[in-house]
Amino acid sequence: MDRIYLDRIAATPVRPEVFEAMRPFLTDAFGNPQSLHAWGRRAQEAVEGARAETAALIGAESAEIYFTASGSEANNLAIKGLAAGQQARGRRLVVSAIEHTSVLNSVKALERSGFSAVLVPVDGQGRVDPAAVERELTGDTVLVSVMTANNEIGTIEPVAEIAAVCRARGILFHTDAVAAAGSLPLDVRALGVDALSLAGDQFYGPKGAAALYVRKGVRILPLVDGGIQEGGRRGGTENVAGIVGLGRAAALARTEMAARAAALVPLRDRLLDELPRRVEHVRVTGSRTDRLPHHASFCVEFVEGEGMLLFLDMKGFAASSGSACTSKSLKASHVLLAMGLDHATAQGSLIFSLIDGTEAAAVEALLEAFPPIVERLRAMSPLYTDFLMHRGS
Amino acid sequence: MYSDKVMDHFANPRNVGTIPDADGVGQVGNPVCGDMMTFYIKVKDDRLADVKFQTFGCGAAIAVSSMVSEMAKGKTVDQALAITNESVAEELGGLPKNKMHCSNLGADALHEAIRNYRDRQAGRAPAGSASAGGHDHDDAGSCPYCDSALETEDRSVCKACRIELEECPACGGITKKGDATCLHCGRPLPGKA
Repeated sequence: MDRIYLDRIAATPVRPEVFEAMRPFLTDAFGNPQSLHAWGRRAQEAVEGARAETAALIGAESAEIYFTASGSEANNLAIKGLAAGQQARGRRLVVSAIEHTSVLNSVKALERSGFSAVLVPVDGQGRVDPAAVERELTGDTVLVSVMTANNEIGTIEPVAEIAAVCRARGILFHTDAVAAAGSLPLDVRALGVDALSLAGDQFYGPKGAAALYVRKGVRILPLVDGGIQEGGRRGGTENVAGIVGLGRAAALARTEMAARAAALVPLRDRLLDELPRRVEHVRVTGSRTDRLPHHASFCVEFVEGEGMLLFLDMKGFAASSGSACTSKSLKASHVLLAMGLDHATAQGSLIFSLIDGTEAAAVEALLEAFPPIVERLRAMSPLYTDFLMHRGS
Repeated sequence: MYSDKVMDHFANPRNVGTIPDADGVGQVGNPVCGDMMTFYIKVKDDRLADVKFQTFGCGAAIAVSSMVSEMAKGKTVDQALAITNESVAEELGGLPKNKMHCSNLGADALHEAIRNYRDRQAGRAPAGSASAGGHDHDDAGSCPYCDSALETEDRSVCKACRIELEECPACGGITKKGDATCLHCGRPLPGKA
């Protein structure tokens, strides 16, 4: 059976060029970048080269890039580190209701130590209104965080407008760009952001290598105290091979980004247009216009996400869902609920995210395979039976 | 994640459907926690002559319903009442820990159908009625160690990882019982009474 991978938001494959760039640093070139000798110098040069490539991906300077082990760590460092750095000025945070849990739970942790926080709601497409953010900017607000694009619904947020609103009041603005970096052209100066998180495993780099951009001059306190690595902002011996992989993946993304998007957008649009045509009571979640180029997400009514994922997997398709049953904590997606969807509809969450090289034939195969799966699950769904009965009467 | 037996019952569920002239109908669950089950029974000479179900939910919920229908069919009403959620999970070769609470409701739904049948027999419920079992799923939070959902009625222990828990009086977070300080806010916890 040919398997078709449509779960890019979970992981991307490591590009062969990326792996080749990493290989020496897993074997012969094992030096510690902080060592004075030749081994150390070679590792340090590689890390600094990767820092320059990562900075170039987002229009930053090398000195503004701090490597971390994951997007979640970058978000933790941004929220906790920036808030701690500003707490003499105020202790209020403003974030959107659809942030990644690494942002939301960092905020919760700060609330337990005396900060207060406000969640800004989103509209039915998951879009944050810059004016709604502006209304929350009180005198003691020190940090605002709104993601660049949402991983569950693909919606791209008006980050530049929100950043402008914050800058006008001298309030720091962070954006979680983990879902967007490497897929969308991002320039930290044009966006006007003070901090930005990204992760290489979202654009063909290895897992375990991510970064936080912090604008020069912005005060941030470390989460990991240690040596002088990462300018004292993050102690611990550098993950040299991972960082090199991230840098190479960033360089590839920078040159190939436009071509990659041009290839994936028609496939994405085919899914967004055609799936609701082939199956009744399927709605697209997120924005149609401001959307990640690789992202197609839906809610399929009267069925639950995990059942669809299991049947899709049996047919060779890998996808994901934000349903309660697919999460270990058995909670429906906070993103879909924040968009105003009811619990039953949110349970039918289904996300197809495309990697480069996905062929049109794969999308057509999915469009063929999907309707019978829904039909099968609806035939055993009491919600669907209920719906049919009430439609009849 | 799921045993072969669970996957078999999920992919080829037995006894799916409705019984329009059922002698008893029972429902449990709600879309908030993700799983809903409806069981229909036909009773003849005190035996479950036919059992059918419909389920909205994850793979485990569908497999559980299928297994319950198979275990109950042909049994006397009393034998069917002796089927427990635990025995169903056992028959399926086990379920993932975090699915034990929400998805493993098949026996409850069957018992609701039997209750409805008996109510109808006794004239307490009209033909065509259904009995709905409670399955509250207020947000009881999740275990700070394994992230499995906690039960609303008893948050003093995580059913999945068996750690004893308590609510921090300072921040309201769920933390490990017996610890000196709260996992979330770091404030000292009152010692054991």
